[in-house]
Amino acid sequence: MKRNAGVGSLGNRAPVTAVPVSRWNRTATGFTGFCALAVAFMAVIPFVIGGPAEQPLITLLTFVAMASLWNLLAGFSGLTSFGQQAYIGVGAYALYLVAEHGLNPFGGIAAAAVIAAVVALPVSALVLRLSGGYFAVATLVVAGTFQIIATLSPSVGGTTGVSVPGLAGYGDVLREALTYWATLAVAVASVAGVYLLVRHTFGLDARAVSSDPVAAASSGVRVGRIRLLAYVVAAGGAGAVGALIALQTLYVEPTSIFNIQYSVYMLFMVLIGGMGTIEGPIIGALVLFALQEWLSAYGAWYLVIVGGLAVAATLAASRGLWGFASERFGWSLLPVGYRVRQPPPQ
Amino acid sequence: MNWVNAVIQGMLLGGQYALIACGLSLTFGVMRIVNLAHGDLAVCGAYLGLVLSSALGVPVWVTLPLLLPAAFGVGMALQLLLFGRALRHGALAPVLVTFGLSVMIENLLQVAATSDPRGLNGGSLALASFHITGGITVSWLFLTAFLTACAVLSGLQLSLSRTSWGRKVRAIADDLDTARLVGIRVRPVFATVAGIAVATAALAGAFIGTIGTFDPQTGTDVLIFAFEAVVIGGIGSLWGTLAGGVALGVTQVVVGEVNQAYAVLAVNLLFLAVLTVRPGGLFTSRQAVREIQGQGAAG
Repeated sequence: MKRNAGVGSLGNRAPVTAVPVSRWNRTATGFTGFCALAVAFMAVIPFVIGGPAEQPLITLLTFVAMASLWNLLAGFSGLTSFGQQAYIGVGAYALYLVAEHGLNPFGGIAAAAVIAAVVALPVSALVLRLSGGYFAVATLVVAGTFQIIATLSPSVGGTTGVSVPGLAGYGDVLREALTYWATLAVAVASVAGVYLLVRHTFGLDARAVSSDPVAAASSGVRVGRIRLLAYVVAAGGAGAVGALIALQTLYVEPTSIFNIQYSVYMLFMVLIGGMGTIEGPIIGALVLFALQEWLSAYGAWYLVIVGGLAVAATLAASRGLWGFASERFGWSLLPVGYRVRQPPPQ
Repeated sequence: MNWVNAVIQGMLLGGQYALIACGLSLTFGVMRIVNLAHGDLAVCGAYLGLVLSSALGVPVWVTLPLLLPAAFGVGMALQLLLFGRALRHGALAPVLVTFGLSVMIENLLQVAATSDPRGLNGGSLALASFHITGGITVSWLFLTAFLTACAVLSGLQLSLSRTSWGRKVRAIADDLDTARLVGIRVRPVFATVAGIAVATAALAGAFIGTIGTFDPQTGTDVLIFAFEAVVIGGIGSLWGTLAGGVALGVTQVVVGEVNQAYAVLAVNLLFLAVLTVRPGGLFTSRQAVREIQGQGAAG
């Protein structure tokens, strides 16, 4: 995509010169091609390697989806929600309910996403009245309320929970492969969806709202609408992730599906990788995945380290690993901004 | 008579919520930080009280002269080392940093103290109670918690309105840049405010641990209750916070009288209802409403 931006100089002496700017470059084309190949390769893994490779990749891809969606909220739109587990839970229970009514559980993932987004609409009218830290705690209240409602509803098993129905017809191998493909599809859709969304005018508006809502509003950005869109899309995505988690664990139970740990992971991945970039959350997901492999045996220490690194990243390296790399080496694999292609003539 | 009793017990419970909430309210009012680790700091206070009171073999009240200065010091250190830096990194950083701190505290407590629920030794006060009439019995412990909350809130209100420290705090809360311009040294004021916030949290922690039990995960629930009290009461108003706490406590106990399982749900729904009908809370200034809402309502 090419656009001409006017660069003016002070006073009226020099004429305004049109400077060609571009977003896309050769590296980005190459990297997009590489991504397409990587996705194609991952899609055939169940045929080539099978089960042993699927389990870790399912975890990693779930992380990628969670991180990208949280990045849309916090990184691009400035909405630091620590209550996305509310929609993970809604998605998981929605999957159970639609599967109970005879829908194919794998088809139910889309339904779960839609249901989570619909639930998010009235909730957004309340929580988006607050901003910053107050918004953050309000999202915690919403997640806590949803958890209590699930606990008090006998139709979804109350405190004991429910197992996901409709999977009896699948053999273990087929079920795992289908879960893997579904996770891959959700992860790719999350990354690509967020990327396309922030390349659209929405991305510019969202970043304006996040850095200064008053200035954005006075420049004609419809602040409320931008926040609503980001919140509802992230909730729908979280719903799909929740449905995937239900398919992976085959059981939905309130204390684990509404666990605040999901929000801790999202925060960590986005902060470590780099807020407000497309590449950052993917790198963050890889880092969390590696940390989990190494440290999960240490139980609570693992989360102490995750929390500590998140704090350190905020204070010492607020642009994360990818921010550091792109600044140092000038990398831009999936660009969201524009660059001047050649310096204006002197 | 049951209902009257429930309302009285709820009001007394509300005092505890207000005691936790006043630190949260103060930190937001002055530093513009919503400290997401506030509840965990209260639970830390309870654990420290547990360590001190079992080491010395005395009720937790006797350890307060050690506990409160320690908590004050922790608050100052957190402000100087962590929150102050976070404030320089933009509006999102304090939210992210305090949430990360909350995760760290909960899991460090998990490592150090396991997830077994604990209680504090409240001495003879913990079990004593007196009858008013008929079926109404008031526990001395609950009454003490309520009166302590009132004393702390009055003390804070008085020092904010009468002392030179309070004048500086109000000046900073009104306009940080102008306060700097007229020569107020902001760092020490911020540090003392954070110290007071954590000390009141630790005091509340001592009551939480004596009245009920606590474990490393209790902090998040404590934070949510404190936050709800602040929002229901109205941000920036200390007496509003007490009213908010009482509203929460009465709702919780009265609904709990009908069905215990619905008590916390009712409290959350009350909070969401207040947010819908009167987003600024029941007692609040317009300035404060604009602060918390940012420009959320502008678009």
